[in-house]
Amino acid sequence: MKALAGYLAGLTFGLGLAISGMTDPARVIGFLDVAGAWDPTLIFVLGGAVITTFIGYRLVWRRQMPLFESRFQLPTRRNLDTRLLGGAALFGIGWGLSGYCPGPAVASLAGLSWPLAAFIMTLLLGWWLARRLSPAH
Amino acid sequence: METLSALQGLLGGVLIGLSATLLMGLLGRIAGISGILSGVVFERGVDRPWRFAFLLGLVSGPALLILAGLDWGNVASDSEAMIGAPRRGLTTMLIAGLLVGLGTGLGSGCTSGHGVCGLARLSRRSMAATLVFVLVAMLTVFVSRHWLGGAS
Repeated sequence: MKALAGYLAGLTFGLGLAISGMTDPARVIGFLDVAGAWDPTLIFVLGGAVITTFIGYRLVWRRQMPLFESRFQLPTRRNLDTRLLGGAALFGIGWGLSGYCPGPAVASLAGLSWPLAAFIMTLLLGWWLARRLSPAH
Repeated sequence: METLSALQGLLGGVLIGLSATLLMGLLGRIAGISGILSGVVFERGVDRPWRFAFLLGLVSGPALLILAGLDWGNVASDSEAMIGAPRRGLTTMLIAGLLVGLGTGLGSGCTSGHGVCGLARLSRRSMAATLVFVLVAMLTVFVSRHWLGGAS
């Protein structure tokens, strides 16, 4: 059941990325290019996703626990540190250079090309390095 | 045409929000793509099966639309396409992938974990991270496009 839940959530996410146009790096770069021909699509995607999640979370948190697990697992850290903000900055550079964040890159596997394959290879390398650099992960 | 793009964006966004709600309601987890996917590859244990299933679902969403011949994509330059072509060459993509992996790994999240789920939880860390990566990405596009005059 847990695997089925995971599949359903992934499927819905992938459909959302494709229908919204986030599987097109030109749309993402168009949004980030505020000094050029600005493409507002990403604002609608993020807005729709955040509002839906905001309402959805509050509905499911009324229950004591999730359907297939014994508790909700939420991040507990509250502090802003260099790791968080430095990581976000590195991510921002890579996102701006390519127009890909992890979700759209992987959701685009059905249209795999050499540049995308290269991106996913070094994406994995970056995740591995980050784990090496993280204390007692 | 632009209105249609915006509506598709909104509809896709709602689906992403439903996915995040499903994952929280069923498994009690945050729908953070970088955490889920790096977990599939680098972690053993009880979370692996559902994370792997999520990965399959994520890839099969667009793939199923293509197989079904449904014209529901929102690619800017080609209304028939579901998946847009990369805009940069191999070298840039190699560097960008490394930065995205390292950055989301160190910063504990990406556009989904911080940008969608974190903002919806009103998390201070996620708001700060989202502000930083959006502004830095805008600056990166500005520098590479308008100063260095890189190919679109």
